Amino acid sequence: MLLNQLIKELITKMGDDELILGHRNSEWTGLGPVMEEDIAFSSMAQDKIGHSWALYRILHEELGGEDPDQFAFMRSEKDFKCCHLTEMPIGSYDFSLMRHFLFDHAETVRYNSMLQSSFLPLQQLARKVRGELKYHTLHADAWIMQLCRAGEESYLKMQTALDNCFQLACGIFEAGPDDKQLAAENVYPGEEALYEQWIEAIYPVLVKASLNMPERKQPVYGGRYGKHTAYLQPLLNEMGEVFRLNPEATW
Amino acid sequence: MNDSLDPRINRLKLNKTDDPCKVEEGENWNVFEVFHQEKRGAHHEHVGCVHAPDAGLALVFAKEQFGRRKKCVNLWVVRSADILAFDVEDEDMFANNLEKTYRDASGFKVMEKINKFKAQAKQANDK
Repeated sequence: MLLNQLIKELITKMGDDELILGHRNSEWTGLGPVMEEDIAFSSMAQDKIGHSWALYRILHEELGGEDPDQFAFMRSEKDFKCCHLTEMPIGSYDFSLMRHFLFDHAETVRYNSMLQSSFLPLQQLARKVRGELKYHTLHADAWIMQLCRAGEESYLKMQTALDNCFQLACGIFEAGPDDKQLAAENVYPGEEALYEQWIEAIYPVLVKASLNMPERKQPVYGGRYGKHTAYLQPLLNEMGEVFRLNPEATW
Repeated sequence: MNDSLDPRINRLKLNKTDDPCKVEEGENWNVFEVFHQEKRGAHHEHVGCVHAPDAGLALVFAKEQFGRRKKCVNLWVVRSADILAFDVEDEDMFANNLEKTYRDASGFKVMEKINKFKAQAKQANDK
């Protein structure tokens, strides 16, 4: 397959992850546990949506893709390539926080690996989002430490959240059929390499928080091939509701 | 007694009056004052406060609360309780300040000298 087509697929799944999780996390706005956290979490949700917009713009401007808004709001469910982790409902705050911790470390190793990407627009974006992601993981790590040291009830909730999230999070790294070619062309190192870097990034934090890291037994795959949970379609309906009233409108 | 809307209050189980009240570590959040630095070398200026269980999270909160709009290169947080201040009734110590105009820096008339020096420098440059 043409390299550009492979890059398009890579950027689509990255952008979809960011858009869907950004939307999910924004559902906490106004409902966060304390005001300060509400603002921080909402702000990071906005960052994610911003990243998806930047990725969709690369598709549009460099790879002949659709207009970013059309691409985000008018596609059908099977054309989305987000992983199941991002689709799950927000649940309680321990789940959302653990998902944020696992996802943002994954995002960080992914973008860091692209600082040397042979595809220049990705390399530039990786440099641009670096500072934002540094804050996201700092925030996530601080909360994990705080809640794991706040008594037994709190610690058990965090361990349960980790157990519930982990196989889903492994689904972020569902290998694509052409990862080898993308790695050979130095676009990015491929999903398995990122998975290993991700484990290296989260493991020290989990140890410090006395959490037991589950094994990768049954990673939840399917999202990258357009197979989704029952939670995605209602999210897409809600997210695109206003846009679809008049798709030609200028915002 | 009705339950509070704040889970931290409910956890204190205040309605059981006989039991001693125990506050778990990190449960009783503190107020931290936030200081914002606009550029390297500039003073950190007080901009407000955040609630947080410890200084680390206070800094994390302060970043989004006070560092996400205008230019910012660094933030400080300090526990409000660690600040030593005068009592309100000691305000009278400062009462006569307004009379001691001889302490105002405005009393030094240097602008004339500065302007003269600038004019000289300009003349020298023009030559």
